[in-house]
Amino acid sequence: MGQSLGLLSAAIWMPIAFGILLLALGRDDQARAVRWIALIGAIASFLVTLALYDGFKLGTSAMQFVENIPWITRFNVHYHLGVDGISLWFVPLTAFITVIVVIAGWEAITERVNQYMGAFLILSGLMIGVFSSLDGILFYVFFEATLIPMYILIGVWGGPNKIYAAFKFFLYTLLGSLLMLIALIYLYTKSGGSFDILTWHKLPLSAKEQTLLFFAFFAAFAVKVPMFPVHTWLPDVHVEAPTGGSAVLAAIMLKLGAYGFLRFSMPILPDASQEWAWLIIALSLVAVIYVGLVAMVQEDMKKLVAYSSVAHMGFVTLGFFIFNPLGIAGGIVQMIAHGFVSAAMFLCIGVLYDRVHSREIASYGGVVNTMPKFAAFALLFAMANCGLPGTAGFVGEWMVIIGAIQYDFMIGLAAASALIFGAAYTLWMFKRVYLGPVVNDDVKGLTDINSREFLMLALLAVAVIWMGVYPKPFTDVMDASVNDLIKHIAVSKLK
Amino acid sequence: MIDSISWIAVYPEIVLLVMACVILLADLFVKSPSRTATHVLTLLTLGVVAFMHAIYAMEEQTAYGFGNMVVSDPMGHWLKCFAALSMAVMLVYARPYAQDRGMLRGGEMYTLSLFAFLGMCVMISGNNFLVIFVGLELLTLSSYALVALRRDHAASTEAAMKYFILGALASGFLLYGLSMLYGATGSLDISTVFKQVASGQFKHQVLVFGLVFIVAGLAFKLGVVPFHMWVPDVYQGAPTSVTLMIGSAPKLAAFAICIRLLVEGLLPLAKDWQQMLMFLAIASLLIGNLAAIAQTNLKRMLAFSTIAQMGFLLLGLLSGVVFTGNAGNTSGAAAAYSASMFYAITYVLTTLATFGVILLLSRDGFESEEISDLAGLNQRSPLYAGVLATCLFSLAGLPPMVGFMAKLSVLQPLMASGQPMLIGLAIYAVLLSLVGAFYYLRIVKVMYFDEPITALQPFASTEVRTVLVINGALVILLGLFPSGLLQLCLSAIVKTLAG
Repeated sequence: MGQSLGLLSAAIWMPIAFGILLLALGRDDQARAVRWIALIGAIASFLVTLALYDGFKLGTSAMQFVENIPWITRFNVHYHLGVDGISLWFVPLTAFITVIVVIAGWEAITERVNQYMGAFLILSGLMIGVFSSLDGILFYVFFEATLIPMYILIGVWGGPNKIYAAFKFFLYTLLGSLLMLIALIYLYTKSGGSFDILTWHKLPLSAKEQTLLFFAFFAAFAVKVPMFPVHTWLPDVHVEAPTGGSAVLAAIMLKLGAYGFLRFSMPILPDASQEWAWLIIALSLVAVIYVGLVAMVQEDMKKLVAYSSVAHMGFVTLGFFIFNPLGIAGGIVQMIAHGFVSAAMFLCIGVLYDRVHSREIASYGGVVNTMPKFAAFALLFAMANCGLPGTAGFVGEWMVIIGAIQYDFMIGLAAASALIFGAAYTLWMFKRVYLGPVVNDDVKGLTDINSREFLMLALLAVAVIWMGVYPKPFTDVMDASVNDLIKHIAVSKLK
Repeated sequence: MIDSISWIAVYPEIVLLVMACVILLADLFVKSPSRTATHVLTLLTLGVVAFMHAIYAMEEQTAYGFGNMVVSDPMGHWLKCFAALSMAVMLVYARPYAQDRGMLRGGEMYTLSLFAFLGMCVMISGNNFLVIFVGLELLTLSSYALVALRRDHAASTEAAMKYFILGALASGFLLYGLSMLYGATGSLDISTVFKQVASGQFKHQVLVFGLVFIVAGLAFKLGVVPFHMWVPDVYQGAPTSVTLMIGSAPKLAAFAICIRLLVEGLLPLAKDWQQMLMFLAIASLLIGNLAAIAQTNLKRMLAFSTIAQMGFLLLGLLSGVVFTGNAGNTSGAAAAYSASMFYAITYVLTTLATFGVILLLSRDGFESEEISDLAGLNQRSPLYAGVLATCLFSLAGLPPMVGFMAKLSVLQPLMASGQPMLIGLAIYAVLLSLVGAFYYLRIVKVMYFDEPITALQPFASTEVRTVLVINGALVILLGLFPSGLLQLCLSAIVKTLAG
């Protein structure tokens, strides 16, 4: 089965090929052509990923679209790809956000356009690679390789303090993943020479091994998610990153960490996961409540959304580690929803920043008077960010809260209280930025969004409402895989 | 004993020696200021020698020549093949630089390089302590002269002096250690020494005493802490083209003599020398990585980075035999040593491209020596910035570059040993490579994030540009498809261990 290259390979390598083409041939005097090629590349790659959804068979937890080719025979590493219900949706999500990001950078980026667009396309392919790898080393290669384009994107096109942010991003996340590398090699040795993730799922491990490996993986994934208390890099990086960078970071890169928990920590180390669930739940609740409060007092819009991302990702990890179908499925839905919503929030800030060049909430006020169309979109995304029913944000949070109440009422109660904080910081920001009288000449001189920005926000708005009103396509896909995962975790691997 | 002279084992070396002499003479008649004829002839020679070695290596046979003085085995031939290629690439990069600085008034750069390479070949295929020593001296004496090639340049002369004095001291150490071994075992022949040591009839103290000096001498040549002090000074002081020569192919030869002396000759003492190497590796990783952070001179920083990289290379050499108590298990030896071999080859490949870009930027009297000289390189030339960034990410060990595969293959035997000590060492190495990532990233930052200080477009001839692009592409391609080279190293080492 799966000896030849297929759709997944196309989804990974097509954007990368376009990206390399742009890097090799693009020049700033042909910026227009570069933008169009980037857009064509992004859309074509997105269409490929839609074909994946189309061909996906429901009702089975088995890997689909499997490609398995020996890659490094010396270490028995395989080019082994496949998606199941857990990972399927992240592939089109990544490609979709890349399309949006290419549109978002259309006018804002004027220098070295080919490198900007090329980096995003390559990044897109690499992230899809992370979501579809079924081999430990292949996963690691994609996981780490994403750092390089992101580092360049932040450092070249970022804000005033970009260099600090780029280094912090790179070194912080590298530290975590290096420990994961040790864990991967350990599992390779332990399993008698296999890097196959699905083989590792069945590998018996002692309690001590599981605990050590659990924390090695935890170091990699918790930093990436990011979980409290290793979340401090995220606000710094978001503030300095260019708009597109922030959107991809929040929408996709954070999910790589959460996805790692589902693919590695929980199925490979079920006993350690159960044993240390209290720690993850506690840290998640801290993220949800404390970081939510921190978000409230931010003066900088990007920082506020960054802290809100940490809080939302807290919901995700909380959902995972309560080990019931609602929690895990809710966590995954929340990941996808947050992908749309956080990207939209950052792009809204980008729209304002392109015009006024300030991210301070205090620089704005009464934007609705000068940009009514834009304010309508912003309101929708703000509502989605607080989890209003009918928007994407609601579905996942609601599922996780129900799941948490089933698990323990107090945890459910604590998680639910976060909805209040979410509404508080989002709506308060919305009020200060958009509502009220026009406060200064900058805001007075604002022009409403043009058709390109309208298109970009409208695409996201459709996604947010669609997912809020009709989440069935999302939940149907993951059902079988989530149930299977829960059954798998329930069986002890201790010898 | 005339029968036992099998010339076939040393044909490539004979070709090399003859050609080196021919080029030395022919160069007297070359009038061109860029020494085109000498250049072409030298490259041709290296190409032919590399080709011959590749043919020999693919026969996969182990043969001895000159009454067991030299050995011809796949490991040696592959290493010599790669060394020849890397010398050729080095000469291509070095030529414009050398011409700008008046180093091509005579053809010494070419003949000295060829003799240095001959020294490496003798080292790599020596099967006798004295032969190895003679090869080493041929290499180092040629290198001293190369470092001093810019006679009117104070820094180069100073570097040559330092290199000479410390190098001579190291040779003395090595020779002293070898003489101790000779005294204990009564033989200079590697396989005889191996048998004698394995028989266990000799006083352990005497052998270990000699071993200490041998390891110290090797450590000098590899440039690992605490025998590293010459490395930064020589790297910084030597003309950049010579820095490249010292930093590339000789590392392959140094790896080879480690295998010949320690593994083929003294494997029964593995427990002792592995401990010594472990100390050297720990110190090199620490000092190399930490000291590199503080450097502002690019060549000096790369020197400290080399020290750290050599520490990584040692990790493979020291994990070959796994001891539980006193019983050694050599089942992982081939994996470990072949990992080191892979590491050495890919390190040389990456170093070539790194210095290739630096050489290319040092034109018209402008030395690209400080890290800040690279500022905004991406805006001046995205291609060269891309090649250099690829190499730096590779040195930092990031996938998908080949440096990651090298680190992975070295770490794997450490983890497979199952010993807490070695697993701890792997974690230690990995954490220090995080420190390493910082200073490599700093150069990427200067190239990509800073504004250029000059608008000058770097210029390179087609020859240099083509080689550089291929070299840079190989750093990625070997990272994506490392299987062939890994397998090649493994089978070569397996043959050598069996032979």
